[in-house]
Amino acid sequence: MTGQEQLLMQNYQAPRRPLSMNPRKFILWLFIVSISMLFAALTSAYMVRKSEGNWLNVEMPTLFWISSAIILISSLTMHLAVRSAGKDDFSKLKTWISLTLVLGLGFLITQYMGWSELVTSNVYFVGNPAGSFVYVFSGLHGLHIVSGIVFLAIIFYLVLAQKVHSKNMNSVQMCATFWHFLDGLWLYLFTFLLLNH
Amino acid sequence: MEANTEQAVAHAHDVHHDHEHHEGNFITTYVFSQDHKMIARQFLITGLLWALIGGGLSIVFRLQLGFPEMDMSFLEPFFGKWIVDGKMDPEFYLAAVTMHGTIMVFFLLTAGLSGTFSNLLIPLQIGARDMASPFLNMLSYWAFFLSSVFMFISLFLETGPASGGWVIYPPLSALPQAMSGSGLGMTLWLIAMALFIASVLLGGINYISTVINMRTRGMSFGRMPLTIWAFFITAIIALLSFPVLFAAALLLIFDRSFGTSFFLSDIYIGGEALQHVGGSPLLFQHLFWFLGHPEVYIIILPALGLASEVIATNSRKPIFGYKAMIGSMLAIALLSFIVWAHHMFVTGMNPFLGSVFMLLTLIIAIPSAVKAFNYITTLWKGNIVFTPGMLFAIGLVSLFISGGVTGIILGNSALDIQLHDTYYVVAHFHLVMGASAFFGMMAGVYHWFPKLFGRMLDERLGYIHFWMTFIGVYLVFFPMHYLGISGFPRRYYSFTNFDAFQGYVELNEFISLAAIMAFIGQLIFGFNFFYSMFRGRLAPKNPWRSNTIEWTTERFPGHGNWKGEIPAVYRWPYDYSKPGAAEDFIPQTTPLSETPESNLPEEQEQVDREKGAPADGEAINL
Ligand code: HEM
Ligand SMILES: [Cu+2]
Repeated sequence: MTGQEQLLMQNYQAPRRPLSMNPRKFILWLFIVSISMLFAALTSAYMVRKSEGNWLNVEMPTLFWISSAIILISSLTMHLAVRSAGKDDFSKLKTWISLTLVLGLGFLITQYMGWSELVTSNVYFVGNPAGSFVYVFSGLHGLHIVSGIVFLAIIFYLVLAQKVHSKNMNSVQMCATFWHFLDGLWLYLFTFLLLNH
Repeated sequence: MEANTEQAVAHAHDVHHDHEHHEGNFITTYVFSQDHKMIARQFLITGLLWALIGGGLSIVFRLQLGFPEMDMSFLEPFFGKWIVDGKMDPEFYLAAVTMHGTIMVFFLLTAGLSGTFSNLLIPLQIGARDMASPFLNMLSYWAFFLSSVFMFISLFLETGPASGGWVIYPPLSALPQAMSGSGLGMTLWLIAMALFIASVLLGGINYISTVINMRTRGMSFGRMPLTIWAFFITAIIALLSFPVLFAAALLLIFDRSFGTSFFLSDIYIGGEALQHVGGSPLLFQHLFWFLGHPEVYIIILPALGLASEVIATNSRKPIFGYKAMIGSMLAIALLSFIVWAHHMFVTGMNPFLGSVFMLLTLIIAIPSAVKAFNYITTLWKGNIVFTPGMLFAIGLVSLFISGGVTGIILGNSALDIQLHDTYYVVAHFHLVMGASAFFGMMAGVYHWFPKLFGRMLDERLGYIHFWMTFIGVYLVFFPMHYLGISGFPRRYYSFTNFDAFQGYVELNEFISLAAIMAFIGQLIFGFNFFYSMFRGRLAPKNPWRSNTIEWTTERFPGHGNWKGEIPAVYRWPYDYSKPGAAEDFIPQTTPLSETPESNLPEEQEQVDREKGAPADGEAINL
């Protein structure tokens, strides 16, 4: 056997790497699973509690409709941001990211005003669990939005530092995944409350 | 060709550089380490310290149960005013029971067991340099550490630690007026558990991501050791169930600190109504047991995984039913999410619902029995090597069966009316979960001590430890079945004032003495552990003649685990005593093409692939 043949054989003996994905993206997905379980638990608790009677009919604040619209639009701007990053169009990328960030803040403010609306209609955090649940759902979701906004700010910084471009899309893609998830999560919670209040 | 070798050299150099780079100072090596092996040691040692506290507490309340007339003033230096005139304060008894349960279930058997061995073995047995995210892994340990600090502080509060049982049912846990432990003690319990949940999730996310994405060449799912399968499935269960405990804890925090009424309703204290209206204490039980039942499998599956490895290696036989083992773990994982209400049969739930949960509960016995059967058939006619680790693994099988049988009885909703909240339940879960998972953990410690610390544990002390524990555990928990059947309730401070239980004084005394013996056995282990860590016999490279790839590393592997390239894997880990083979084991790193004498006809295809050109570029595995 010549040296070359020997080397070839060694190479062929080495089995291939098993399937693998980007571990960071994968970790993000697993985080999303655990957040989903948290809200699944809370909404199931809501159903179990509601089935026991002694329940208060809480009208959803109209502002929640507006905030839902805002967060839907912010998903669109997030999507456009990823597209501009893919095309290396940095000025547009900056615009879309900052717009998403502003819309995220707008969402938080609208949610907060929605709480005031609840208070004026005499639904308080303390009282019948029907009302408390609404505050818990929106408050806990709001906390996750805060983390999403921090994520967006980091991406904005990375864009300024020229670390996001068509060859390096991971971070902005992960941010988009998380943001779309938060959007979907709110729509789920809102629809759930509309159907089961 | 020239270029090829050069590249290889450059690569090897690169790798070498890679782990050199991580060797830092004392702080980064021993404290804020990102090396999975160091994190494993941190989890293990923290867990064992907790075990000492948790075990010590159990001895204290066993003294109360076994010797109610005893003068306990000698305990005053430790417990201060919890001992009043030589008698134990009843609220302290409840606190001790609660902390014992919390510590053992979460801090020892979840963090100490799964945290230690998932961290140690996942990268080492799948052939990875570290976890997918070493940083999150470090955070996971430090979240656990912080959680430990809070729980530890709560032990020293004036009003005592949480006292409402490890299941913290409201209203007892929700109202500070209910008992003194429900004040600051309960608050600290909740903070500690929130941190603990963060730790478990960070760890679990890492384990899953590592197992899926970081396996070495050739390490297909079908060639993973059962330990890794067990840790992997456990992490998935944890990821799905711990957020639910977090939800329950969060709502309880709101009830306690903000005045909401999720779990509280229509409560009168001293004739006066509290402002809480419209809550449901049963809601808490549903949320708690939705975690609580999967949690018991989070505890036992890693132990079973460790036992699989130890038993196959020391029986010198392939594990019986490799695929059945994986299948039953998956079945257990799935079923564990739909049986939680068997803890709530007597809460006044709809009897029809009770029958549904009864059916599902009894079905779980099938995959559990498959596993027990497979361990026994693996041992059957093996050339068994009775190392201390092996003894503990066999002990696990015995305890798992003894405790599982009573599970089938408890799972009948009608029988549970008599047995619920008696010592029968205590006997059941201590055998099937407590003792058996502890034995699995000990099997792991004795077996992997050489990889953890590069040294061997003393065998003679190991045997003494095993027999004292094994006999002790049976002497403690077996008699509890009789207590339970006769209606003896759990969590009672004193039973001597009930006529019906006067006859059980001697039995309780006996149990307490057995418990003390078993506890002394653990001190022997503690000595062996810390002594051997520094002074033990240096370990040979592969002390148990095992197939898995962690034994191809150095005695003291550096950060990065392997010098040079990570070995590739060519076969499953259970080629023990393969007919025709020269030795009674063939490591996973040995290609089939090098063992023509022992290959099976169906393996010829892979041999050809190893030798020949990759015909259509297909992967050998998956
Ligand atoms: C053969 C399968 C099993 C069945 C049918 C079964 C059934 C049950 C039932 C019905 C109860 C509730 C008893 C009561 O409170 O009245 C129970 C309690 C318990 N089981 Fe099992 N079990 C099984 C296996 C296991 C395993 C494998 C573990 C742990 C690894 C375990 C851990 C526990 C624990 C910790 C409790 C008591 C929790 C508490 O109230 O503090 N069981 N079991
Ligand atoms: Cu259960």
